[in-house]
Amino acid sequence: MNPTFTLDGRAIPFLPGQTILQAATAAGVFIPHLCYHPEFKPHGSCKLCTVKVNGRHTASCTMQAAPGMSVESETEEINGERRALTQMLFVEGNHYCPSCEKSGDCQLQATAYHLGMMSPHYDHFFPNRPVDASHPEVLLDFNRCILCSLCVRASRDVDGKNVFALSGRGIDTHLIVNAASGKLADTDFTLADKAAQVCPVGVILKKRKGFAVPIGERTYDKAPIASVAVAGEK
Amino acid sequence: MTASPSLQSVNTLVADVVRRHAADPTRMVQILREVQESLDWLSPEAIDALETQLKVPRTKIEGVAGFYSFLYTEPRGRYRILFSDNITDRMLGNEALYERLCKSLWVEPGRMSEDGLVSVGRTSCTGLCDQGPAMLVNNLAIGRLSEARVDQIAELVRAGVPLAEWPAELFAVEDNIRRADILLGSDMQPGQALLAARALAPDEGLQASNMRSWREGLPTGLGGPPAILDEIKHANLRGRGGAGFTTGLKWEACRNAPLQPGQTRIIVCNADEGEPGTFKDRVLLTRQPDLVFEGMTVAAYAVGATRGFLYLRGEYRYLLDPLNAVLARRRAENLLGENILGIPGANFDIEIHLGAGAYVCGEESALIESLEGKRGTPRNRPPFPVTNGYLDQPTIVNNVETFAAAALIALKGGAWYAAIGTKHSAGTKLLSVAGDCARPGIYEYPFGVSVRQVLEDCGAGDVQAVQVSGPSGVCIAPAEFDRVIGFEDIPTAGAFTVFDNSRDMFEVARNYVHFFQHESCGFCTPCRVGTSLLKNLMDKLHRGAGSPYDFAEIEKLNLLLQSMSHCGLGHTACNPVLDTIARFRPAYERRLMQKQFTPAFDLDQALALARQMTGRDDALAHLSTHHGDHA
Repeated sequence: MNPTFTLDGRAIPFLPGQTILQAATAAGVFIPHLCYHPEFKPHGSCKLCTVKVNGRHTASCTMQAAPGMSVESETEEINGERRALTQMLFVEGNHYCPSCEKSGDCQLQATAYHLGMMSPHYDHFFPNRPVDASHPEVLLDFNRCILCSLCVRASRDVDGKNVFALSGRGIDTHLIVNAASGKLADTDFTLADKAAQVCPVGVILKKRKGFAVPIGERTYDKAPIASVAVAGEK
Repeated sequence: MTASPSLQSVNTLVADVVRRHAADPTRMVQILREVQESLDWLSPEAIDALETQLKVPRTKIEGVAGFYSFLYTEPRGRYRILFSDNITDRMLGNEALYERLCKSLWVEPGRMSEDGLVSVGRTSCTGLCDQGPAMLVNNLAIGRLSEARVDQIAELVRAGVPLAEWPAELFAVEDNIRRADILLGSDMQPGQALLAARALAPDEGLQASNMRSWREGLPTGLGGPPAILDEIKHANLRGRGGAGFTTGLKWEACRNAPLQPGQTRIIVCNADEGEPGTFKDRVLLTRQPDLVFEGMTVAAYAVGATRGFLYLRGEYRYLLDPLNAVLARRRAENLLGENILGIPGANFDIEIHLGAGAYVCGEESALIESLEGKRGTPRNRPPFPVTNGYLDQPTIVNNVETFAAAALIALKGGAWYAAIGTKHSAGTKLLSVAGDCARPGIYEYPFGVSVRQVLEDCGAGDVQAVQVSGPSGVCIAPAEFDRVIGFEDIPTAGAFTVFDNSRDMFEVARNYVHFFQHESCGFCTPCRVGTSLLKNLMDKLHRGAGSPYDFAEIEKLNLLLQSMSHCGLGHTACNPVLDTIARFRPAYERRLMQKQFTPAFDLDQALALARQMTGRDDALAHLSTHHGDHA
């Protein structure tokens, strides 16, 4: 019999070493997240997965489960805070869902729907982020980058290439690629890389495939992110 | 303007630096800093050379270089001038001096001059608050700026005089010790505390097991290391960096942490004194470096560490050479190195790492990341540094003042120390007093001193508020001046900034909000975006375009930052605003000119670029008529 903690009053079993998020997902409970991906070491930067453990806010993707923990997740307070963080991500970059080819497959958009986000609320920053269309197969649209660093981790830890990294600091933090020219075409990046598959938003886009699946028939058009994530990440 | 160095000379220069650091990428911050000291910036050619010679991806180099304020991947000129922009510098009139220098040198603020000679910008508090306004020229500190000094500096720059030939009095930094107690008044001779610590071992038989514990870091044996640990615990010493964690417990946890093969324990002294208004570590390292290094060595003895670092903030670059000279002397006296004081197996040495302009590196796990040559991003915790610190080894990170106190405890005993101060706050505390007072400087008091007493001693009259422990601390009003400095009432890392009744507390809070926005590391969403949103809202209020709605937004953002941020920077970024709203609400309400919602988009401000391009700033070049109080 595995030890358990309680999540919103429900007993969740866990294996030693599992985080709260992993155990919750395994038990079929969705906790919103953007920078977490089950195949990579948790990062804990987006803070969407924040829960309250014994009354204290903490990121559930990095906090290991412990017996008897009392965890709150689906409360009005916490979802309100998650909504505010999602709004922050929307105004920090340039996110125009209607003209984005990732619409319907985008985790940021789907999370905003999940949290009932009705407007960006904050003033837009409108940063100037030129796109990089240099690579023959892939377009990089930095306007939508949420700095989750999944491509960084995938390229470094799986592909062994270090194609991507974060540079800058604070609000000027931005994604860079591994070339003196700063262009993706001058790196050893290929479409077969794991890093090409993990972007939760619309930064790393396969060229000429944007509308192969029509809008209305895409991942989150068919099922909300809560059920897609739980089914896919168990 | 000098010609750019040839590719060959760049390669040779980089090779020298890389060789000096054994081509070790964990020394990336030091390598980049030294390359820049020679080349004035990190040019693409220098990064090419580093990529080849260090055998690391370019992204790693650019990621690190992009993180630190004092590392430049764009040319910034032969003279890189940064005005300290703490509120105390502002109160001493740094803005007019900044404009004067820019005008005199014909440079646009923040940009390099067209001839590549000079750039003038701003930076966070440089720790010369008691002798401001201050600036850094190529990371060397100059204080007591006046119109005459600024004109002198402009002349030196225009004439291209090498920094080494600038008049030495420009770079003179004063200690301004106004009240000394056990630390600043200590006359300990180098080695005395170590000898006392060693003498705690009752006899030779036990000594043998102590030596084993030093070598293998085993938590065994009586006397010696465990005895000194007991003294630290009896002293009730708590960390002086602000958090106040019990030092004895931290040391014990490090001592008890298991070592993997090839690992050692690490002692880190945190001299990344970045909290605006704090400058006491600068004075301790100037006046009592032996006390600090001896404290580190005592810690090494207690926990069985062989390697130590002093992480010195980049703003204190001028202290690097004198401190290295002290370390060299201590090595010559066998107070560092192998078999210290003849104790077999007692091996410990200290090296100094210089920061490069990142407040967040004062957070211990971010500091360790920086020591490892990475971006200074705070780690996920647990695990804590005492078990998994520098290169995953058990690591103690303590403040400069904590180590100095530890040396005295080793020398004079825990009971002696515990008798000083109050029940819950043993010992003394160095306060960095600045702002509106007659005698700014360093005051060392036993814990338990009242705010009122400090104000009296420093000659502060007509006081409106005191910011204790800097922007991440508390702002208190006159009704609270009988409160005392100590962990049981007002804990502090040392800043004590005084504001008289002529000051606008809203502007104080706005300066601090700008500071946190500038220093946010950008790792987590709430702090990265939230500090910018907060800054924009405070600026909107400053412009006189604020509404009660904006005021409510500020309060909501503060709560979000407090609950969702990754580290202490975000958690405390809202303190100055929350405190000043609670105590000086009229300073905010005065600015709420608009009774209803006012859009953030300001048509007149949108024309600022056009005004700049056409060189016009007359009344007809402006649209709106309402302008807030620009105090």
